[in-house]
This record gives sequence, C-alpha cells and structure tokens, in this order.
Amino acid sequence: MLKYTEDHEWLKQDGDEIIVGITAHASDQLGDVVFIELPEVGREVAEGEEIVVIESVKAASDIVAPVAGVITAVNEGLPDNPGAVNADPAGTWFFRIKPASVDLSGFMDEAAYQALIG
Amino acid sequence: MAELRRTMLYDLHLSRGAKMVPFAGWEMPVQYPMGVLNEHLHTRAHAGLFDVSHMGQVILRGPGVAEALETLVPTDVLGLAEGRQRYGLFTNAVGGILDDLMIANKGDHLLLVVNAACVEQDIGHLRQLEAQGISVEPVTDRGLLALQGPEAEAVLTRLVPGVAAMRFMDVAEFDWQGATLWVSRSGYTGEDGFEISVPADYAVAFAEALLAEPEVAPIGLGARDSLRLEAGMPLYGHDMDATTTPGKAGLGWSIPKLRRAGGARSGGFPGDEEILTELADGPSRLRRGLRPEGRAPIREGVEIFDAPEGGELLGRVSSGGFGPSTGGPIAMAILPAVLADGTTLWAELRGKRIPVAITPLPFHQPSYRR
Repeated sequence: MLKYTEDHEWLKQDGDEIIVGITAHASDQLGDVVFIELPEVGREVAEGEEIVVIESVKAASDIVAPVAGVITAVNEGLPDNPGAVNADPAGTWFFRIKPASVDLSGFMDEAAYQALIG
Repeated sequence: MAELRRTMLYDLHLSRGAKMVPFAGWEMPVQYPMGVLNEHLHTRAHAGLFDVSHMGQVILRGPGVAEALETLVPTDVLGLAEGRQRYGLFTNAVGGILDDLMIANKGDHLLLVVNAACVEQDIGHLRQLEAQGISVEPVTDRGLLALQGPEAEAVLTRLVPGVAAMRFMDVAEFDWQGATLWVSRSGYTGEDGFEISVPADYAVAFAEALLAEPEVAPIGLGARDSLRLEAGMPLYGHDMDATTTPGKAGLGWSIPKLRRAGGARSGGFPGDEEILTELADGPSRLRRGLRPEGRAPIREGVEIFDAPEGGELLGRVSSGGFGPSTGGPIAMAILPAVLADGTTLWAELRGKRIPVAITPLPFHQPSYRR
C-alpha cells in the first residue's frame, strides 16, 4: 500500500527499502518536467535533505529524502526521459532508500493525502 | 496590493481550463491543460492563439506626429510608409531603454503597442508631445490577440480573407461581422502570424471563432516566453531595462544609419550621445545566446564565469529555460562582445560549474512571410 508525504512524494515499502516517486498532484503542479538529477547510489542522506533536482519548463524544485538512510538504487533511465514523470507519475520511481528500519506508519495514507491536496 | 485587472477574455480562459497568474498587474493565463511544452510545439506546428490584451495600445495623432515621435525613439518614423510597422525603443537621458514598442503608420495617425508593465510610464512619457500639438489617445476599448504559427494565415484567411495579401510587418484594417479589426502581420514567437486588435464587444466572439478552427489552440504566457526565447527576442525588464543601452541589448539593428552619427537625422532622442557613441565604437558588451551542456536549464540570475573554477564573473543570465523546439536548455546574457561565438564559458548552478557555449541568436530560425 502506498503512503504519502507532505512534500507530495509517494512511498512504497519493498522489504527493508522504500521506493520513492512523486504524486500526480506534484507532477501537475510542476508542469512538463525537462530535467532530473538523481543522487549517487551509496550516498548516505538525512531526512529532509534535498537529493533530487527536478526542473520543469517553469521552475526548478527539489525532492527531499523522506527518511534518513542510504540510497541503494536510482531510476537511471529517468534523466534521459524526464517526461515520464508527467506521463505516469505513480509508475515512475526516482530512488530506493534503505533506512535503519522501515516504518511508514507516520506517513499519510491515500485518504489523508487526498484530504491534504483538497 | 492593487487588485489585478482582467482582460475581456478572462472567462474564456477559465472555460478553457487555464491556470491564471498575476502578470504586470493583470491576471493572465500561464498555461492551459495542454501544458507549456505542447502549447509551444503546437504553435510551431499549427497555430496558437494568445491573449495579449494586457499590452498597451496608444494612438498618436496631429500634424508632424512622425517627427515628434522621433524625439523619443531612435527610429526612422518619418520614413515609415503608410500600412507598415516598425520596432522601436523609448530611450532615457542616460541611453537606457524605457520600453520597446511597435510603431504602425495608419495614415492619419500612428498606432503604438507597448509592454503591459510600462503602459502608465509610456503614456506619461508620450504626453511630452502634447506641447507640440500631438494628441495621445490610450486605446482602452479594444482587446489584442496574437495568432501565431505556420497555419495562422490559413486560419485567419477563413475569417478575414484580406489578410493573405499582407507581408511581414504590414498593418491594415479589415471588417469582421461589423467589427473593424486592426491587423498587423507580426508577433513575438519567431513564427509567421498576426496581431489583431479587436473591439471589446467582439473580442470573445472573435477569439471563439478562431478557437473553433481545428488548427488553433489557446496558448499561455509560459509558452509565449519559451517561443520568444528560442526566437532570440529580448523581454523588457529581463534582457533589457532602463540601465541597458540599445547597443548592449543587441538592438542596435533597430537604429537606422539615418539616426546614427553622421546620418541625415542623427540623434535628437534621449540619450543620443551615449547611444550613438557606443554604436559607432561597437558596444563592449552584447546580449548573447548560451547553450548549456547537458539538460539542466540555467535561469535568470545564474552567474556566468570564464573558468571552470575561480575566474571572472562575466555576467548573469537575463532569460533562460528549456527550449522545446531546440530540445534542450537555452539562455541569453549580456557578455563581453569580444568573445567569439562557440567560446565555452561556465554557468554556476547549485554550486557546480556547467560548461555553456556562446551561440548566435536566434536559437530557432524565424519563418516570416516577407
């Protein structure tokens, strides 16, 4: 089951890792994505650290690490096909992060997230 | 903050799903559901309809109106034939640019189109001419639409058959269902197209008639900006301002020999000495095109250096973003004129230096009907 952050990321648990993408709402707000810079695999990141640069035709923004952990994989094809984020936000992952222990109970479920974005 | 003004097409924008943003005191559509990227590409392939009613339209009338306007703009207004339009600049006493504008000769008067953000200033500036018997008449009962793209002529011809005979920068009046349209064959996209001034009571019906044509989509300010950037056209307040001379803004071409040093009507406009001396010597700095390596856009304010680390700060990006038709990031900046095209410089982006190549403008070749 997907969980959501206030930064409009979706989180999916896969064993001891979390897969991270952005929501359709975030993709709509950004507009056409033209550039994505992903973090290095193996990088240790803090919660809230800006680790992905995402630029649309309109503006630059960031995706932050939802939890502290180590980046275990990134979607390497994404920088060459940034439009995938607009075409299929729910199916387009950015990175996998491995925290000390996975606990997504503090994040929003679908209903809570829908309430947030109104 | 003052309340935002709305054009007569405001409801039409909403009905088309536009996202509205504040722009120069107006509430304007930045994009429609198609999105900036596809709106841009649609305009280059078919025809895009832009609401530019926020721009100022001003009529100047009176004996000697062309000579009078030449005291404010370094343009050949006297030599502008009836039915023709020309690009010009309002300059200030230190040689900076107060605004850029279009000047049309409509026989018994001149019609000016000026930037939305500068309307009040420009009208105040023009009122100096009243002492010479010139009347300054702001046009407040008309909207302004731009229809741009390779299919613009075919579309507009269906509604207004006469426009097909117009060449680039021609101006003419046509009837549409009882309304008098003021049409110019010009625009701000690098595409063939038209700007059409339409009486307020007809603006919505005329816009809907254009949008009913299969080639036409409504286009917002977002794509208007990327289209003009690809076409190498400067945007007032970004690529030039009251501290930028025409020479440095890369707009020396708009000042004919006749108004330059040694010309028959040399000078006689604000800042003439500074502007003409600089043009005669060749400006030390010039608006240049930049293409960054890779895909990261470099936007307004990004600093440009002459070395991958350290080095000298040469300038800042004045306009920059992603060019949908060029397929990559593009930018403009005022940089030393001595640097050759193709020279590699470095843009500092998020603490990293990215190589950028000086590139001749425009990035996208225009396709005007001359």
